[in-house]
Amino acid sequence: MAKVKIEKDRCKGCELCVFYCPLKSLELSSDLNKRGVRAANFKKDAKCSGCGFCFLICADRCIKVEK
Amino acid sequence: MKNEFLPPKSLRDVNTHYCSGCGHGILHRLVAQVIDELGLRERVIGVAPVGCAVLAYNYWDFDVSEAAHGRALAVATGIKRSRPEKIVFTYQGDGDLASIGIAETLHTANRGENLTCVFVNNACYGMTGGQMAPTTMIGQKTTTTPWGRDPAFGEGWPLKVSELLAPLKGVSYLARSSISKPQGVRQTYQYIKKAFINQIEKKGFSMVEVLSPCPTIWKKTPIEAAKWIDQEMVKEFPLGVIKE
Repeated sequence: MAKVKIEKDRCKGCELCVFYCPLKSLELSSDLNKRGVRAANFKKDAKCSGCGFCFLICADRCIKVEK
Repeated sequence: MKNEFLPPKSLRDVNTHYCSGCGHGILHRLVAQVIDELGLRERVIGVAPVGCAVLAYNYWDFDVSEAAHGRALAVATGIKRSRPEKIVFTYQGDGDLASIGIAETLHTANRGENLTCVFVNNACYGMTGGQMAPTTMIGQKTTTTPWGRDPAFGEGWPLKVSELLAPLKGVSYLARSSISKPQGVRQTYQYIKKAFINQIEKKGFSMVEVLSPCPTIWKKTPIEAAKWIDQEMVKEFPLGVIKE
């Protein structure tokens, strides 16, 4: 199973990864990061197929997908 | 296919100054990915525009020059002619390439200079605060067209640069794609790679036009901006390979 790693303090909270995740495994976290935005977060115990859509659409190199 | 989705080495590990939902970050990564994959990092010279991407040299870890507004292709011509073994590309926005630099663009394409051009079309002037660009859509509100762009007021129609360059004999490759969704990002990668390979094979001028979201100026959320590209902009600017 693939693993999504998110650098929260880089995230600008555009929410595109949340919108495009086919398994709806991402969400915006409830707390704020250093930039003062709600960063993307991988849901607890959620599934990941490793499609890389979140990596492809992320403009701020926050997301790494490792298989 | 281990570690398939990791940032490329030619992209510096720094935060960008771009707004949330801006397409520049994705496109910087795609260019860096292509350069890494073709092994051009020591041979490539980029030319950055004036516009939001003016600080691109802070984000790319290879040689980048800066050019005056609209003159990136003229500077790139000079670099390529004096150092023909180098791979030279320009990265320009629509205010830069299609408005103030349209003369340089047309003549560089007409001369068939062996260059690669990445053209970022976001239908407005982003950095200066959202004025009308030649590529602004009919009815789109900007600070200089507050009631929407209207050809009846002498504001003209969206300028299709790729179609404009297509009949020129010096142009070898023209393609248009969008980075509003992950599938489009993959397609854009293929187009940019093809444009660089054309330059290595000395085929002539190659340009890839990329429809990119600008949520701040369009006064939309990033998701709305991406949808607006898919629903409205692609009608005016059809995607695909225009000339090969």
